[in-house]
Amino acid sequence: MKKEEGEEKAKEVIVSSDFRLMLRLFLRSPTSLTGIIIVLILIVLAIIGPYIAPYDPYLQNIDERLKPPNWKHLCGTDQLGRDIFSRILYGCRISLSIAILVVLVSTSIGLILGLISGYLGGIVDEVLMRITDMFFAFPRLILAMAVAAALGPGLYNVMFSIATVSWPVYARLVRACVLQIKNETYIEAARAIGASRLRIMFKHILPMVIHAIIVQSTLDMGGVILLAAGLGFLGLGAPPPTPEWGVMVSEGRMYIRAQWWVSTFPGLAIFLAALGFNLLGDGLRDVLDVKERRE
Amino acid sequence: MPMDLKAYIIRRLILTIFVLFGVLVITFFLSHVIPADPIGAILGPQAPPELVDKIKHEWGFDKPLHEQFIDYIWRVLHGDLGKSIRTNRAVLTDILSFFPATIELATAALIVGILMGIPLGVISALKKDSIIDQLARVFVIAGVSTPVFWLGLVFLIIFYYWLGWLPGPGRLDPFISLPPRITGLLLLDSLISGRLDAFWNGIKHLVMPSIVLGWYAAAGIARITRSSILEVLRQEHVRTARAKGLKERLVILRHVLRNALIPTITVIGITYGGLLEGAVLTETIFAWPGLGRYASGAFLYLDFLAVMGVTLFIAIIYSVVNLIVDIIYTYLDPRIRYR
Repeated sequence: MKKEEGEEKAKEVIVSSDFRLMLRLFLRSPTSLTGIIIVLILIVLAIIGPYIAPYDPYLQNIDERLKPPNWKHLCGTDQLGRDIFSRILYGCRISLSIAILVVLVSTSIGLILGLISGYLGGIVDEVLMRITDMFFAFPRLILAMAVAAALGPGLYNVMFSIATVSWPVYARLVRACVLQIKNETYIEAARAIGASRLRIMFKHILPMVIHAIIVQSTLDMGGVILLAAGLGFLGLGAPPPTPEWGVMVSEGRMYIRAQWWVSTFPGLAIFLAALGFNLLGDGLRDVLDVKERRE
Repeated sequence: MPMDLKAYIIRRLILTIFVLFGVLVITFFLSHVIPADPIGAILGPQAPPELVDKIKHEWGFDKPLHEQFIDYIWRVLHGDLGKSIRTNRAVLTDILSFFPATIELATAALIVGILMGIPLGVISALKKDSIIDQLARVFVIAGVSTPVFWLGLVFLIIFYYWLGWLPGPGRLDPFISLPPRITGLLLLDSLISGRLDAFWNGIKHLVMPSIVLGWYAAAGIARITRSSILEVLRQEHVRTARAKGLKERLVILRHVLRNALIPTITVIGITYGGLLEGAVLTETIFAWPGLGRYASGAFLYLDFLAVMGVTLFIAIIYSVVNLIVDIIYTYLDPRIRYR
């Protein structure tokens, strides 16, 4: 099934492009616009967040513990008197770097394996695809949990565990794209004038696959942010006192009866971040996909 | 049954078995690169080394890896997943006792997902590009962007602590006694034994977790329903039906929906498998005594036989669901040429 899904996606996305038309279509959609604005804000906050944060995210202040949102503490304080707003700002950099690194790594792995698998075919293809089958047999979170538990807590381990479960999607997607274009005339022409396999793969096939990858990885950024937060929440991600959003939601769980803000605000940040990337990815898919392009 | 369908099913079965073997390799490998040592975690750092050695020997940790692996496979084939270090019971017994609660939750969530997803998808396809379509789209994207564990907490804060409309975590209020365990599905058991009080209370407890999880499920269902309706609307037979003067409502009901719902059924199947995943987080929030909560406990305590058992069990369920979905799909839609 997933194989077919991949091919469907490939068909949707490989479209020769008129960049200006696409940009116009993209900007006309209010949802895509919202998406890109949220993502831009996230990026800016990830860069300047630590400089504009009003407090040290690790600074404990017992006199100020569990204070509701007020002008001194916009999102209130947690059980150790730390300023939740500052912690959210610091967390932005953490979540975004996890997402970017994971997506970069899994895209590269998937891209290389997918190109090889699709272009070479035969036994190599069979073996690689059966390996991706094995990874698809697990729900993503479960496998990520297993890897994270095996490695122990830590930011890099979170990234590693999520990358472990993320690359197969890209491998499938790229392979499906390659299969679709590999028999096009221009590839044949390149082969006929004696271009090497490597050259054909990277010079002629790769650029055509990029569209599909852009859409998938944008949507995936949202998924990775959720997954990382979920691991943090379960205690399998970043270790506390790290101002990671999922960890912060988990720390506030004990206080939800009377101090609702401790969990609510970090969770809201996770939601907005994932929403931004998903809106953006959805808009991109719409624009890059002729079949569903809105007239 | 046509010959090629049979061949397809056999091929898929062989593939599934092969994949499950791969799953065993992966889980076994993972549980053996755990750097922390589970025995130390149980016995504490002051445990005398003789005791540690004795337990290591008892559990077969002192054998070479490949022998441990062969032992493990042999035992799995006999339905023996080992003993949980945490609960001191057989892992399979644990899994089977926790699984019904998860089925109950996942099924309720799926029903919520279908009830929200299909109408949403239909409306937004028929009113394509209208404001309703846009709103439905945002609703759907918000559904896949929401961290379920956070939404669960927010629901608890609002509907339990502030408004008091719905009961808090758990499957039943503490003062209501459990109905006798027959199927393990609480609602079914209370109906069978005529315990209507437990039934109603159980339903109330199900509302929040199943909506939290169901919203996520609705997203995928709505998206595929919308796009497959749009796809069908473009086809010739719809134009013919309209051309011969059939009322628009009948065109939609008879010619569009019927065809469009085939891909939806597949997505519903896949979603059901995926709900297992959401269940891990939802169950943690709502203190739901299901497999997800058992799993997260096992992962945290490095209860590695339980980790392997749960992961394997979930992978089996997931693969079997996918297999069934694939078969139903090829059966429903004869155009699909199976490979």
